Amino acid sequence: MVSAPVRTAPPPMPPPAPPVPGPARARRLVRWAGPAAGVVAVVALYAAFRGTAVLPHDDDAALFHWLNDARDWVDANRNSSPIFLYVVNYIRLGVAELYTLVQGGLVALGWPGLIGLAAGLGWLAGGWRIALVAAAGFAGVGVLGFWEASVDTLALTLSAVTLSLLIGIPLGIWAGRSARVRRIVTPVLDVMQIMPTFSYLSPILLLFLIGPASATIATMIYAMPPAIRITALAVQRVPGVTVEASESLGATGLQTLLKVRLPLALNTIMLGVNQTIAAALSMVPLVALIAAPGLGVDLIRALARVNVGAALVPGVAIVLIAIVLDRVTRSAARRREGGRRARAVRWGGFAVLTAAGIALTPALATEFPEQWQVQVVRPINDVVDWIEGHWYVFTGFLNDTVAYGLLNPLQDVLTSAPWWLVTAAVLAFAWRVSGPAAGLVAAACLVGVAALHLWEHGMETLTIVLVASLITIAVGLALGVAAARSRWFAAGLRPVLDAAQTMPSFSYLLPAVALFSNGRFTAIVASLIYAVPVVARLVEDGLRAVPATVIEAARSAGSTDRQVLWKVQLPMARNSLLLAANQGIVMTLAMVVIGALVGAGALGYDVVAGIAQQEDYGKGFAAGVALVLLGVMLDRITQGANGRRSPHKKRNA
Amino acid sequence: MKKLRLIAGVIALGLAANACGGAKVEDDSNAAPSASAAGSAAASAAGTVKIAINPWVGYEADAAVLAYLMEHELGYKVEKVTLAEEPSWQGMESGDVDVVIENWGHEDLKKKYIEEKKVAVEAGSTGNKGVIGWYVPEWMAQKYPDITDYKNLNKYADLFKTSESGGKGQLLDGDPSYVTNDEALVKNLKLDYKVVYAGSEAALIKAAKQATDQKKPLLMYFYEPQWLFNQVKLVKINLPVWEEGCDSDPKKVACDYPPYDLDKIVSKKFADTGGKAFDLVKNFQWTNDDQNSVADDMTNNGMSAEDAAKKWVEANAAKWQAWMPK
Repeated sequence: MVSAPVRTAPPPMPPPAPPVPGPARARRLVRWAGPAAGVVAVVALYAAFRGTAVLPHDDDAALFHWLNDARDWVDANRNSSPIFLYVVNYIRLGVAELYTLVQGGLVALGWPGLIGLAAGLGWLAGGWRIALVAAAGFAGVGVLGFWEASVDTLALTLSAVTLSLLIGIPLGIWAGRSARVRRIVTPVLDVMQIMPTFSYLSPILLLFLIGPASATIATMIYAMPPAIRITALAVQRVPGVTVEASESLGATGLQTLLKVRLPLALNTIMLGVNQTIAAALSMVPLVALIAAPGLGVDLIRALARVNVGAALVPGVAIVLIAIVLDRVTRSAARRREGGRRARAVRWGGFAVLTAAGIALTPALATEFPEQWQVQVVRPINDVVDWIEGHWYVFTGFLNDTVAYGLLNPLQDVLTSAPWWLVTAAVLAFAWRVSGPAAGLVAAACLVGVAALHLWEHGMETLTIVLVASLITIAVGLALGVAAARSRWFAAGLRPVLDAAQTMPSFSYLLPAVALFSNGRFTAIVASLIYAVPVVARLVEDGLRAVPATVIEAARSAGSTDRQVLWKVQLPMARNSLLLAANQGIVMTLAMVVIGALVGAGALGYDVVAGIAQQEDYGKGFAAGVALVLLGVMLDRITQGANGRRSPHKKRNA
Repeated sequence: MKKLRLIAGVIALGLAANACGGAKVEDDSNAAPSASAAGSAAASAAGTVKIAINPWVGYEADAAVLAYLMEHELGYKVEKVTLAEEPSWQGMESGDVDVVIENWGHEDLKKKYIEEKKVAVEAGSTGNKGVIGWYVPEWMAQKYPDITDYKNLNKYADLFKTSESGGKGQLLDGDPSYVTNDEALVKNLKLDYKVVYAGSEAALIKAAKQATDQKKPLLMYFYEPQWLFNQVKLVKINLPVWEEGCDSDPKKVACDYPPYDLDKIVSKKFADTGGKAFDLVKNFQWTNDDQNSVADDMTNNGMSAEDAAKKWVEANAAKWQAWMPK
């Protein structure tokens, strides 16, 4: 099963549909003999060794106590150990200061000033359209009644993004210029982006306590990878000829960097800024768990009250901020044309809009006027109540079907199988799908989970992720195929997917909780809403990328629509499909972990409890690491046969 | 804006580079967004008080009334910091929290933060009596009269099975951050149950309502004071009687929860410099009924925390005037 060749390229022409020539059939049989034997072997071993070498969960594991002791040591020495006195506490202090400054600055601008400034920046970046979007977006946040919280969120995001760029851009330039640095940085970035955001929290709490400073640092860590990656890419792409010309004119290395490389790379780097901001905003709800002010607080509180309307509104506010920042930075990344006059108009407009806003600040009320705010919470909740009251039987049925039909049996198998068998099966599967390196890494990750004394919880998490991924990929595939075949369907689907992709994932827990009450299925539903758009989009793009001539040829050879889909389009879109599966699974893991907040249990619960309960700290910390291992494992398994790195377009976790 | 960020960054770096005596965690509390400037006699406002908001509505009711009085009677600015119970204590060390207004026991944290670290102090009882326990809907107690004795719970475990409880009976717990010994209790009392976390107070309440309306079996962790007891009848399960010290080792607990005298904890700094706001916190005392009426308005009558507090304050002038600092 190990060396079975994996088909890397689809046949350029579809085989004539029904008759399969004899030798081809034989080859196909041989190809499937290995995996089939493997499956039989795993099943037989499971039957023989069921219930042995299982690793039941033990809250008292020595590792957890050791981690608790480490925490106690840090707590006791926070104000005396030199590492804390001279390094860690200063970082905390500096970051807190930065946040205070940014927040103070934004508050001092007042709401008219901030809207004016946003419009001015929009004008500067992309003309009146963007100015309008920026003004409308920020005003919209005020209309929703979340002005103050939004300013806090904005301040936190901007502080974190500033720090990410301060660290990320130089690192990116370095990585872009040195292949060795790139080799070291790339796997680290891979892990950082696969890591469920929850697992950051325990170590950060330990070092920096709660508060805006730790929240800024957590956000920074999450937001930095795109900045590094894209900067490195941009610097790499600067044409060699240009650099040579500069050097032959006698420019020093620094001059070449500052005057040639960076200006040429600037537009791409702006895209990196754009991605960094998107990543930072996705952390907003999570950092509310460690006492960061802002919109996340309202989201979390609404979650605790099971109040769908109250969670949706701050969710929309986050989306509005995201849209404004996205459009402004995106248009700033576009190459600007025009001479001196155009530039004068740009800066003039910026000055006028900003000045107008700031001039209005003292004139208008300091708080966003209440009569402009609209109340939308109640109507939303009325709808939810109605659905809750009327669909009860249906939702309960769905919940029980998935729980008893899929989750429980799979969980039983995974937790009753010997750990070595699960590991071996993963090794073999990953080896076959993605090659030996991926197989070894995946197996090592599982051994790591066992070593952390979290095997049982790890398997429970894996169960939910597998079932959720299965449903996500199936639904995403169906939607993607439908969208690729019908332009009408695609046009209708697009805005829905766009909206689902920009909402902070926490908002999805709410409707899911309201409909299905608390439990694993709720987490699955939430991850479905979260990951399906990305899967559907990748599938659609992949199918559309199949050349029309190929499809034409298949049609003229007499293939039916169904045959064209299964024999031509899907095989040719293989890479996109693999990428879709990879992204779907990684995103599902992120969401299932957050599902711990609504009773999905397992590793995610350990992390939440570790933050909230002193004696569970060690377990929570270890669970965070285990989640990273699971993430790496799932990612490696689905990376695909050609060793291609997935681009990780992961957004708003 | 870019410039502003740049300046901010430079200043932050400068600060870090200039000072050289080493930084303690409390040092930064002055840099936090709204410093607790209670001590300084600022012109417009008396200062800012940071009240932790723990995730249950009874707590929010206390905080709402106190915040209302601080803002409208004493001229303070109140900042509500949404946090779980134990992180709130850490907040008193880091400078993010001044007041925890309803503390449930937490002897270990008292030892750590009050006695050892000396960053927090007790500010007296809230007057509320706290009860934690396991409850079933009243119809179950009528149908199965002996169910209220924990010894009989195993007999009924099948009733409480759900898709989430892995073949055992389900004991529904609330927010993972709540005070609970339930996992240890289930283990040490040898009960055939699994603790499942609903995730929040609201989820528990929803479950209790459904269990009563639809006659669905339910065994859940719950607590008083809680407005729900005025709407839904729940019956407490009798666990082995609590005695002083029987719950000192959290892993070996095999007895009921103690009766709680809910109290107030404030940061040392707030106690020293909090002025009138601290006096108000210290004097604050009311009954379970008071708390429930405010909590009920907040949850069921669609009032904001501020409106509910206002209503109570207007109706109970004599009570709160007694708390006012002289």
